[in-house]
Parts: sequence; C-alpha cells; structure tokens
Amino acid sequence: MSISGKNFMLFAAVAAVLCVIAAVQSVAVAVTIVNLCLVSAVMSLGLNIQWGYAGLPNLGVMGFAALGGLAVVLVSAPGVPAAIAAGGPGIIASFVVVVVTVAAVVGIRRLTSLSRATRVAAVIAVLALGYLILGRYFGPAKNLIEAIDPSATGYLGGLGLPVLLSWPVGALFAAAAAWLVGKIALGLRGDYLAIASLGISEIIIAVLKNEDWLSRGVKNVVGLPRPLPDELGLAGTSWLQSLAIQFGISPPDAAALVVKLGYSALFMLVLAFLLLLSEKALHSPWGRMIYAVRDNEIAASAMGKNVKNLHLIVFVIGAAVIGLAGAMLVTLDGQFTPGTYQPLRFTFLIWVMVIVGGSGNNWGAVLGALIIWTCWIEADPIGTWLIQHSIGWLPVGNAMRDQLTANASQMRLIVMGVILLVTLRFKPGGLIPERH
Amino acid sequence: MAFLAGTEMTGGYGAIDILRSCSISAEKGQVTVIVGPNGAGKSTAMKALFGMLPVRSGSVQLDGEDITALTPQRRVEKGMSFVPQVLNVFPSMTVLENLEMGGYLRKDDIRGTIEEVLELFPALQPKRRQLAGELSGGQRQQVAVGRAMMTRPKVLMLDEPTAGVSPIVMDELFDRIIEVARTGIAVLMVEQNAKPALEIADVGYVLVQGENKFTDTGSALLANDEVRMTFLGG
Amino acid sequence: MQDYANAFVLLLNYVVVPATTYGCQLALGALGVSLIFSVLRFSNFAHGELMSFGTMITLLVTWWLQAHGLTIQPLATALLALPAGVLVTVLLSLATDRFVYRYYRIKRSDPIVLLIVSIGVMLVMSGLVRFIIGTDDRTLDDGVRFVISAKQFRDLTGLQEGLAIRATQIITIALAAVSVGLLFWFLRHTKTGKAMRAFADNEDLAGLSGISAQRVVTITWVVAATLATLAGVLYGLDKSFRPFVYQQLVLPIFAAAIVGGFGNPVGAIVGGFIVAFSEVALTYSFKRFFSYVLPADWLPDGLYQLISTDYKYAVSFVILVVVLIVRPSGFLNTRSS
Repeated sequence: MSISGKNFMLFAAVAAVLCVIAAVQSVAVAVTIVNLCLVSAVMSLGLNIQWGYAGLPNLGVMGFAALGGLAVVLVSAPGVPAAIAAGGPGIIASFVVVVVTVAAVVGIRRLTSLSRATRVAAVIAVLALGYLILGRYFGPAKNLIEAIDPSATGYLGGLGLPVLLSWPVGALFAAAAAWLVGKIALGLRGDYLAIASLGISEIIIAVLKNEDWLSRGVKNVVGLPRPLPDELGLAGTSWLQSLAIQFGISPPDAAALVVKLGYSALFMLVLAFLLLLSEKALHSPWGRMIYAVRDNEIAASAMGKNVKNLHLIVFVIGAAVIGLAGAMLVTLDGQFTPGTYQPLRFTFLIWVMVIVGGSGNNWGAVLGALIIWTCWIEADPIGTWLIQHSIGWLPVGNAMRDQLTANASQMRLIVMGVILLVTLRFKPGGLIPERH
Repeated sequence: MAFLAGTEMTGGYGAIDILRSCSISAEKGQVTVIVGPNGAGKSTAMKALFGMLPVRSGSVQLDGEDITALTPQRRVEKGMSFVPQVLNVFPSMTVLENLEMGGYLRKDDIRGTIEEVLELFPALQPKRRQLAGELSGGQRQQVAVGRAMMTRPKVLMLDEPTAGVSPIVMDELFDRIIEVARTGIAVLMVEQNAKPALEIADVGYVLVQGENKFTDTGSALLANDEVRMTFLGG
Repeated sequence: MQDYANAFVLLLNYVVVPATTYGCQLALGALGVSLIFSVLRFSNFAHGELMSFGTMITLLVTWWLQAHGLTIQPLATALLALPAGVLVTVLLSLATDRFVYRYYRIKRSDPIVLLIVSIGVMLVMSGLVRFIIGTDDRTLDDGVRFVISAKQFRDLTGLQEGLAIRATQIITIALAAVSVGLLFWFLRHTKTGKAMRAFADNEDLAGLSGISAQRVVTITWVVAATLATLAGVLYGLDKSFRPFVYQQLVLPIFAAAIVGGFGNPVGAIVGGFIVAFSEVALTYSFKRFFSYVLPADWLPDGLYQLISTDYKYAVSFVILVVVLIVRPSGFLNTRSS
C-alpha cells in the first residue's frame, strides 16, 4: 500500500489542476468533478480487476453500472402499494414460471442419455411452453402495474429502505448478472468475449428502458432518497449560516457545497476501502496466481489451476465493484435515468481510464479515472473557448462559425480517442504500470 | 563453390546460438539431406539458409552471389523455394489456386508450369478443383511441394516433408523428390526419418548441437558404423 | 384466394421488402468487418464510424452539388456524390492504417490490443464526424420517393392491401447486389483477390510465395472503406443520417458477421439477412396476416407479436449473444480456426 514519489507527484498534479479549476471556474464545479472522479475511480477499479488482473476484456461496464443503479431504485424508492396489489401476484407468478422454465432447460441439457436431437426438441418445446404460460401472467400484470398513476408511478416502486443499503445490493445485482454472463461467455476467445459483453450490456439497458413496471423506463425515477441531509434544511441551520458568513457566500450555496463535500467524504471512504482490499488481494498468493494465469493460461492450467473458475471469480468481483459504483452514481444524482446509459460514457470512457492509468495497477486505475474524468469535463469548456477564440475573425452569423461553435463540445471525443491511442502507442503500460 | 552454400553459419533465437559454425551446401541435380537428433538445429539451419533467421556470422551464397542479407521474399525471386513443415498449403483455396499462388511473383504465363506440376503429381489431377484443406495428408504435402515448384526454383528446400505421413506415402513422395532433382534442381531437405532419407540422398549432413558432425554421400553415411549406431538406431 | 393474396402482399410490404433492404445494408457492413477480421485479424469497432464518416462526406458533397444545381433527378443526388465519399473514406482508412494500425501489425500484437486500438480510432472518428456535421438527423434522399405507392398498387391489383416500394429500396438492393457480385468476382477470379484470400488463409505461406503483406492490407482497407461508405449511404438514403444511430449499427453488423462465421464473406451476407429478417419479423404483429389466412373463429386472442417493438434493436444483440454461446464459429463456417 505504498506509493512512490513519482506516482505521488502524478496525483498531486491532478489535485493542482482541480485547484486551478476551483479558482478559475468555481469551488462547486471542482467538487462536482471530484465526486464524479471518485465514482469513476471505483468503476475503473472494477474494470481493472477484470482486464488488468485477468485480461478479461469486459465491454459491458455500462450494463453492470446500470444494474447497480437499478438497485438504488428497488431498495430505497418508496413502494407503490396499489401497483403491488394489482400486479404483484402476476409478477411473482411470472418469476416462478421463468425459474421453472430455466431449471427445466438446464435439466434437459444434462440428460445425456437422450439423443442430441431429442434434447434440442425438448428444450425448444419447454421454452415455447414457458413463453406461452409467461404471457398469461406477465402481460396482464405489467399492464395493471403500469396503469396505476403512470405520470407519477406506474411501477412497483422499491422497498423504502435506507439508500446506503442499496450500494452492497447494487454490487450483488451486478455480481449475479456477471456470474450468469461469465458462465456462458467466459470460455470465448478474447474479442468474442468483448463483443458478447457489449451486446449483453445493450440488452440490459434495453430492458431497463422498456420495462416500465420495474424501472419506469425512460420516464425515469426521480427524487430518490439521499444518504445526506438535503440542502434546503441544511441552509436553515444556524451553524451553516455562520459558516456561510465566515466564507462570504450565501447560505444556500454553502449548504450545496457542504452536501457535495459530504458525498466526497463518503465516496472517498468507499474508494479507500476498496483500494486497500484490492492491494491486499493483489499481493496475496491468490493475486500472483491471477497474474500467472493471465500471462500464461496454458502453463497455469497445466499446473492444475482451474482457469475458467478463476476467471469467473475475477469477473464477478470486478462486476460487483462496477455495480457498487453504479449505485453510488445514482445516489449522487438522486435519480435513475435509463435513457442516459450510453456505451461511450459508461464503457469506453472507463476503458480509457484504466488504459491511461495503467492496466493491472490499482493506483493507476484510480489515477486514470481522476485524469480522464477531469479531461472529459474540461475538454468541453476548453474546446469551446479555443474554438471561439480561433474563429473570432469569422463574421457573426457566419454559418461555419455557428456550426463550429455548436459542435465544439464534440472535441472531447477526439481528445479521448487521441489520449487512448497515444497511450497505447507510446506508454502501453499506462502512467503507473503494473509491478510484478 | 557449390550452387547453394551456407558457410560457417552461426546464429539462433535471442542470446543462445543454435547453429555453431555450421556449413551446408547443395548442388544442382542432387538430393541433399540434413539429419540429426532432435534439437540438433536441422530446421534452424534450413531457416538460416532461407533468410528466416538472421545469422550472426557466416554467409550464404547462391550461384556465387552473396545473398546473406536478403529477405526470404527476395530469395524467392532469386530462385529459392521453401516448403514449411506444417501449415504449408492454403486450406480454403483449391489445389489449382494453391499452385497459382505459388507462381504469384511470375509475370509470364504459368499454365504450362501448373500442367508440369500436375504431371509430376498425377494424384492431384482429379482434385484440382478441390479445397486443399479437404485433401489427405499425403496429397496435401504434394500440393505443398507443387506450390513451391511453381516459381520454377533452382533450389527447393523441404522441412521434414514426410512428417506424419504413412510409409507408403513417404516412399511415393521421395520418388517424386528424386524426379524433381533429376530435372536439374538442387533439393535440400531436413528429415526425421533418417534411414530412408539417406537412402535417396546424394549428399548427407549429420548435425549435432548445431555443428557438422559427419558429411558424406548418403550411402557412405549409411555404411558408417558410428553414424548407424548413434543416429540410426543400429 | 383473394385473402391469401392479401396476406402475401401484407407480408411483402411490412416484412420482406423492409427486411431485405435492411439486410442488404447490414450485409455490406458485415462484409467490411469480416474482411478486416480475416486479413488484419481483429474486430474493428470503428467500422460503424467509418460508415458514418463516409456518409457524412457524401452528404457534404451532396449539399455542394445541390447548391450548384447538379442533380440527377429522379435519382437521389447522393448517388452522384457517392464516389467522392468513397474516395475520401478510403483515404481516411489508409491514413489510419499507416499511422495507427501498422505499428501493431508489424509488432504482431494480440488481436485484443488491436481491438482496443480500434476503440480509440472509433472515438476519434465519432468526434470528428460530430464536430464537422453535428448530431442532428439529416435527410439524404432527394430523389423520387416511390417506384410504386400503396394506392397505385391497390388500384392496379384490386387487392385491399397495398405494396409500397420506395426508390431507395430498389437502389439499395440493386447496388448491394452489384457490389457484392463485383467483390466475389474480385476475390475468386483476380490475382489480387486470390492473394487476399491466400493471405487470410496462411499469412506466412503467403509471404513465402512472395505476396506482399502491405499490398494486401492496403487493398483490404480500400475494399472495406468502399463497402462501409456504400452501406452507410444506402442506410442513410433509406432512413436518415444520424451519427448516434450509425454508432449503434456496429452491433447488428458484428452480429451479422459472426452469425455466418467471422471471416467468411458468404456468411456475412447470410448473417446480414438473418439479423434483418429476425429484427423485422419478430417485432411485427401478425394479427392482420392471420385474419386473412385463418377462419375467424380460429384466431387466437394474443401472441400476434413475439417481441415488443421496443426491443426491435435488442433482437440483434440477442442473436449475437446466442450465436456466440451456441456456436462461436458461426453457422456457415467450414474452417476450424
């Protein structure tokens, strides 16, 4: 858990940049960036476990993050009694049908005494039957639930439990999904695993966007409970007002800032805990075994290591961390918006973080997250500023001028791509390469 | 000076030299065979001659010209041809297409050469439109040799052409190789099946640990007691 | 009899014609991905962006032509601009190869490294496209809309159901057929095409036969970029051009390429149609179809539509995942690689 001087300087440099942002833009902007940096750092730690430790190219980060977000809704949102009364039994029945169907399919596939053709026919028959029965229960239940006050609820709601409880649940959701994905896809060659996981994450998002009874879909779930006191109440307290006077800012601004800093502290705690665990795990015999398997799968399996099992464990752990980060993000936002999950932001950006920071090194993954998130946010105003100043000579109202100004924010995609390509080419190990 | 001559070649992969001052030469119209125990550097010697392994010292000359610095592709242009031990055909292409690819560098009409190759390997005649990947092991080796013949090479090099084929197929393949040599081509091959290979060899090299151990005519090596006892299993 | 004719026309109009058109577009994209995979040996995630880029250039040239009154009515002006789009896209992909991919090819990097590199290229290209043309939805088609409209068809045949065939659909199918025909002729009958197949089959032996890797790679990029531009422009003519949509097209395209066996050109085409037909047919409500072909009292009371239209897009991902799990080498692959 030590960190060398050079690496410390790298972190210090990021901190310095954030201070500049605080001075030039505002403290609030800087703290907002810090909070998202911290969430991103947790996410990239998760991906680093999968890709960095074990060489598993998971392009489905987005899906696991979204499942973590769903956990926040299901755990902390208030339940909708009318919807549960109307559609609850139907949903439970559907769930039972799905479980029974899957169990039957798995059972049939294990009946090796039957011929292959018989098994395939039986599987298809069971699936068709399951689908028909499911249709009887699920369709009506879904419609009943979605009919209950659709503009405000129209979904089952959650358990109304404390929101912090949803973080481990989010990790659990993602882990469960990863176990399923890993079971079926981990045997695939590297690039097939990448494509499959990207496809699966898109399926997860499609479900979250369209199953309104579960997640309200693109209608979003807003006003989720928060782990910290709300700004309005805080602004009324006397200690905050005196604090605000001391710093010469208005009480509402001060309250907002304090809440933001509260999130920072919370996230920092989680990140430190995970970093400690990851470092411990990585330098244990288990961690060395993971590296050995990654670097020479054939030799490792010859030595009697169960490579597939090991990969599954690593994949599930990594996904759990990503799910946790997804839950943290939704908690921070206070809303769950399935429509905003895009692979660019939730998968590829996290990849840039891990590669730039240093695949296989926990500190690297964290550093990468800090740098890349800051760049991602700041590329927009800086790009716009640059464009505006470099095309100042064009007359106002010129079509090209308008066009360039309007699209300046797209520069950040180019910046991210170039950073990724330059790193891969000239510093393939990242800023803090892995140590052996 | 022999037609193809590798003189005192030294080299290997990384820091370890597999070849140590090894000299191999091949003459037009003759079959030259390199034998030796496993790990003796037989295939490495072949690769050094073909430019697939850079030599640290020593030289390779073809028809009096120094070709030590040339890439394999340039050596193909100079009239050398190589049949690798494995992965030596284009499996998803037909026999004819394999032969055409062999003659890729030629600017003139290659149809005559294709017919000549098919005459040399009559078994391929009915299979010309079949995919090489679907042929039997022996026929695939014939396609591999045929592909290498398409450049009308002056030197034909074969890396263990009979690995993994049955004795009958091996005899058949050796007959063809002798026929090739009789047309005036210098044939150089590495062989694991030392005895039958030396039987057809005009010249044989026995390599041990990357060094020349014995060099003689094939029949003389077969008659040599020490060679027989040590390398041919009595 | 009349009922069966109506049912048939209904299916043609809502399933067969749109799915065939979409299938052609996917097949062209999948062919490009498949060629890159078999020759350069990596999954090119930037292919969707290459399509996007080619379409954007074509669109820009189209605007220029329109501004100068150069059109080819009744055909879409974009067809006149297409060669320019192809040319610029080819140049861009050759530049990417020279400055990005070549380094890793010479180093013989792992395919997964190249895949990540292609993600970098994807980011740059998508930024470039969005920077130049923005993220709005744009129309490419300015030609005559219908070859035959539903009303004309009904008047002509006296059927209740109409069959509308849009000009862009005919153009898509015709251009796809011609270009695929040309590609296969090139791969099967020209020396260069055969050298490409040989290189894909056995890179080292191709080298021993004097086939230049650089030349093969260059030609592969030229062909792939041409196909990408064509696929992008045809998709844009048929629907519209929107960078966000094009970026997402990469998954159905990968699905198509993998279903038929990655690296197999025939498979890429078959895969394109499998994906397109599944997407359209699984999310189409067959209610009206059954009302024509079945007696009224036989009609079931639900289940006319297998999957909700919301999941139209997810169908291709499901196909992709199922194929990868059940048979990763694809359904048409004869090679054991």
